[in-house]
Amino acid sequence: MPKDSGIGASPKRREDVRFLTGTGNYTDDINIHGQAYAWFIRSDAAHGKINNIDASAAEAMDGVLKVFTSADFAEAGGMPCGWQVTDRHGEAMQEPKHPILAEGKVRHVGDPIAVVVADTPDLARDAAEAVEIDIEELEAVMDMKAAVADGATKVHDDLTSNLCYDWGFVEENREAVDEAIKSAAHVTTLELVNNRLVANPMEPRVAVGDYNRANDEHTLYTTSQNPHVIRLLMGAFVLGIPEHKLRVVAPDVGGGFGAKIFHYAEEAFVTFAAKALNRPVKWTCSRSEAFISDAHGRDHVTKIELAMDENHKFTAIRTDTYANMGAYLSTFAPSVPTWLHGTLMAGNYTTPLIYVNVKAVFTNTVPVDAYRGAGRPEATFQLERVIDKAARELDIDPVELRRINFIQPDQFPYDTPVAVSYDTGNYQATMDKALEISGYADFEARRAESEARGKLRGIGVAHYIEACGIAPSNLVGQLGARAGLYESATVRVNATGSISVFTGSHSHGQGHETTFAQVVAEMIGVDASQIDIVHGDTSKVPMGMGTYGSRSIAVGGSAMVRATEKIINKAKKIAAHLMEASEADIELKDGQFSVAGTDKSVAWGDVTLAAYVPHNYPLEEIEPGLEESAFYDPANFTYPSGAYICEVEVDPETGEVDMLGFTAADDFGNVINPMIVEGQVHGGLAQGIGQAMMENCVYDENGQLLSGSFMDYTMPRADDMPMMNVDHSCQTPCTHNPLGVKGCGEAGAIGSPPAVVNAVIDALHRAGNKVEHIDMPVSPARVWKAMHG
Amino acid sequence: MTKVTMTINGKPRSGDAEGRTLLSSFLRDELGLTGTHVGCDTSQCGACVVHVNGKAVKSCTMFAAEADGAEVDTIEGQANADGSLNVIQQAFQDYHGLQCGFCTPGMVMSAAALLKENPIPSEAEIRHYLEGNICRCTGYHNIVRAILAASGQDVPAVAAE
Ligand code: FES
Ligand code: FES
Repeated sequence: MPKDSGIGASPKRREDVRFLTGTGNYTDDINIHGQAYAWFIRSDAAHGKINNIDASAAEAMDGVLKVFTSADFAEAGGMPCGWQVTDRHGEAMQEPKHPILAEGKVRHVGDPIAVVVADTPDLARDAAEAVEIDIEELEAVMDMKAAVADGATKVHDDLTSNLCYDWGFVEENREAVDEAIKSAAHVTTLELVNNRLVANPMEPRVAVGDYNRANDEHTLYTTSQNPHVIRLLMGAFVLGIPEHKLRVVAPDVGGGFGAKIFHYAEEAFVTFAAKALNRPVKWTCSRSEAFISDAHGRDHVTKIELAMDENHKFTAIRTDTYANMGAYLSTFAPSVPTWLHGTLMAGNYTTPLIYVNVKAVFTNTVPVDAYRGAGRPEATFQLERVIDKAARELDIDPVELRRINFIQPDQFPYDTPVAVSYDTGNYQATMDKALEISGYADFEARRAESEARGKLRGIGVAHYIEACGIAPSNLVGQLGARAGLYESATVRVNATGSISVFTGSHSHGQGHETTFAQVVAEMIGVDASQIDIVHGDTSKVPMGMGTYGSRSIAVGGSAMVRATEKIINKAKKIAAHLMEASEADIELKDGQFSVAGTDKSVAWGDVTLAAYVPHNYPLEEIEPGLEESAFYDPANFTYPSGAYICEVEVDPETGEVDMLGFTAADDFGNVINPMIVEGQVHGGLAQGIGQAMMENCVYDENGQLLSGSFMDYTMPRADDMPMMNVDHSCQTPCTHNPLGVKGCGEAGAIGSPPAVVNAVIDALHRAGNKVEHIDMPVSPARVWKAMHG
Repeated sequence: MTKVTMTINGKPRSGDAEGRTLLSSFLRDELGLTGTHVGCDTSQCGACVVHVNGKAVKSCTMFAAEADGAEVDTIEGQANADGSLNVIQQAFQDYHGLQCGFCTPGMVMSAAALLKENPIPSEAEIRHYLEGNICRCTGYHNIVRAILAASGQDVPAVAAE
């Protein structure tokens, strides 16, 4: 019988009612009396010297309050980078200043130069036309390999080159890996591009700054996945506002996918301008502006080599990647191609020797940072593509090649050669599950049927692992993180027994208000309707690192469990007193405290009331009240894994790829709300399938963004997507967090791109066309070209 | 500025609009009906879909002045008279057809228009009809299921497969 409440049940989401009735509260729905509007003037040039800005005509216009330029921010800091990578030679990465408004030079199309603030949005926009800006265009640095060649034009004149860092991992293994590749029975080599993407959450970014002169307090409403992180970065490093004078609110947020993790210039701007003008200031991003100001994702150029012995056991992997940083270092950019990518190169396999080299490069493009999966999709794509290629070269079934190299269930915990230690997993189980659901064994009959219709049918397999539940603070500190990555929770029980949970996790579609309440309801045994989940406001939630890296339930949920355990312990003490029993004998079940072996019991509400009306209460032992906090710092990452199988049909006439079906068999450990988990996988798959089949962020050689709107950047639509078979019945619970959960947010986006490309290649191979690789997106033009040369 | 009057969700409402004011901005900024969302500036995303005289319209493609005198229905007017969710809204909740909720008002309004035109649409017809509505969160799987269910067709319960 499926449960109807608590852990493992799929209650309907409580947040849905407001979203379905148009009563959500997104940042752009917030309007403060007297607010003015900001319009950002952005660079049309990819690279140029700012000779002059003349705002006098604009400032003279009616309704214009002020035109801001970098000169107004002389006292402010640049936007900080939250992660410092140390290169192969022990040197710190090159870290350019990232100013709020461009100082002297513009470095990408969209780089903000000046901001008009006016009484209405239309006035601000009209006045922006009157600001005269003289820019002398410079050569745009676009190609990563050319950018690091001697004599290349520099994006930042004060850096020694365009190379941010040259990272080697694990550096001590370098020679052994070279040796193993030299002496291997077989080496498969693959060069590929992980295409640049734009996250495009449907809600564009918005920021509203407010300032209260009476008490010198700032409030920023912003579309963020982590309001406390913004408070810290902007307060401490950019504007010099102490935490107790700065409130950051991220209300309902319409999707994030990574792009709303980072601290952006517009947030600092409206906060600063609200004080400077003593008026609330609002900025609403248009979609076109989002394309040139939201951090982009991926953009790796990679060569991978996989060495095998005569039994087809993997003996070594060597990969070389050029990773695009864009023009500035976005908040977590340096960590993505390194610690979130190199550490995943073992995949699900026993490869003993691995060496990863990453050259991070500055170019005249929008900064690149984490996008759903962040580094892990890049690792998985190259690994699962090269394995597929190896299987074809060796003429063995790609499923079999994976099977003989899988880490076996009895090998856990498994120390990989790339620093991470997997706690649990069973990769053959997820693979078998996916093979079963997808009808892998009967594929030939379906292929023949397609062939009869003149279509080429292919089936593609991929198996992924990810490291998420980010992250042990001391470990990431050693790796260069400039932040801790714990999470906090406060559980406040009210006198009549209702509960408010304050979590540092942030929901922007994930449904925490429902799932987090399920966990506390199960632990205490009260109805979930008695529990409210509060998030997204630094004035309510004491501290939070936010939501990204599939960390909410694994880290935020664990903090909440720890705080709830403290509540239960204290409540048991009170119950013991009320029933004149020993605390050790108190049991809590279904919201009732009872004394073991007797029929004595008191209800949850009696205990909570006693805590606040402590007439009959052990005052000499414990304080009144019932509120507890916990910080949870994970002992390890969590390691979800899964097998993805995709079936496609290729039209040999047009090269068009039709997505026929997608199967995902994931191991997320324990699952709190299966309905929500499945929804997360669907969404991740759509983004992965989107990357593989249609999404592509393209610049021309002059640094002009060619895919700058939904007309040119192809988002997956309902018609592009198949029905998806998702399964999470293979469960190897995480061993080091209290819920045994692993996280599910990114999986779909990580595992699906290689499955799609493998399926397309499979379709062509089965038709006798031995194409080695097609870069994503596998557009009709590319597939046709691969087939017809 | 001119005064524009329309019947919104059955009630007369009026407000000021410039010639260039879009219906979407008029609803959101002038009338405070912020359930209608704006997700793009190229008429591609469908977050802004409302009904004008019974037809689904992207409210960012129309000037407020053009809707002067029209009957406009928005997401705020979709619930039943007693405040409970209507059949489509309820199906979206039952089948987890929304995550962040940003595309949702447009999806619900498009679904309502579809079911009026075609009361029992096939999966393919639903997908085709939703061409103008982008959702970044759900992969459309549960949106399609919700609309199938709202049209009275059998859909397996969520998370039971
Ligand atoms: S806002 Fe109207 S279609 Fe995007
Ligand atoms: S639910 Fe987030 S865009 Fe559709």
